[in-house]
Amino acid sequence: MTMHELAIAESIVEAVCERAAGRKVHRVTVRIGALTAVVPDAMRFCFDLACEGTVADGAALAIEERAGAARCHECGAEVELADRLLLCPCGSADLTVTAGRELQIVSMEVG
Amino acid sequence: MCGTCGCGHHDHEEITLEQKVLAKNDRLAEENRRLLAERGITAINLMSSPGSGKTTLLERTIRDLHTTRPVAVIEGDQETRLDAERIRRTGAPVVQVNTGAGCHLDAAMLRDAYERLDPARGSLLFVENVGNLVCPALFDLGEAGKVVIISVTEGTDKPLKYPYMFAAADLVLVNKLDLLPYVDFDLATCREHVAAVNPKAEVIAVSATRGDHLEEWCAWLS
Repeated sequence: MTMHELAIAESIVEAVCERAAGRKVHRVTVRIGALTAVVPDAMRFCFDLACEGTVADGAALAIEERAGAARCHECGAEVELADRLLLCPCGSADLTVTAGRELQIVSMEVG
Repeated sequence: MCGTCGCGHHDHEEITLEQKVLAKNDRLAEENRRLLAERGITAINLMSSPGSGKTTLLERTIRDLHTTRPVAVIEGDQETRLDAERIRRTGAPVVQVNTGAGCHLDAAMLRDAYERLDPARGSLLFVENVGNLVCPALFDLGEAGKVVIISVTEGTDKPLKYPYMFAAADLVLVNKLDLLPYVDFDLATCREHVAAVNPKAEVIAVSATRGDHLEEWCAWLS
């Protein structure tokens, strides 16, 4: 069991149920960056579990995945990061991550 | 019919949230940080895989530091009070948090434990997180610093296998230096791997049982 996805799914469900104020939640859209250690498939599984017994029970989960990106301080390039290893093609490891750390609730559909 | 859920209604309302998933935890963590700062308490979040020697390191550190500054401990484990009992024998105030199925501490658990512990003003507060190199990295507790502990018996490639954790660290302690002659562990390579995921992290190699370089660790704490 990937338990941090469950804790994160519970945080999502808690936030959307609070905002839904009793209305039925039909769909939730989240944004997950590639550098967050959150696995989309595990997230889907845990989301369904976390929704049980709430106004979001049975809600669909849409996941917008975001690739990792960084700016190199050595050569100035914007590079794509496939994983957490910070290395620019120019050889420099002096990078600032600019994308891929997103873990956000984008929107939801209620009614 | 509704294209999303097939429910036959068209009156679904789209609500934009655009908020961080962990917004509530982050807000509680900021409250913790403010509360700790007001009382001059420095909280250090200790994270590692199980068996890296966190509790032994803490026992030794408490003995070395307690004359200069009050030390208090929050112990996180899924089950049992065994670690808290070990810490209690050092004389430091300690509370145990059992997370049950949870694999990490969060800001609300820290706040609850802090209130039960009620550490003295100016304390150094060690928070021993649940032994796990994945989830604790995601949850801000309101601590002043994050320390990741690995041991030479674990393999040089740990920083590459668990990059999220090492990317979050302010300091990496490589423990069990006394066992280095008996294992296949290259300290220089390990340092390079830490730098590959986190160029800013400091690395100190120590032995909690023999005492090697603990003065460097204590200097970092102060």
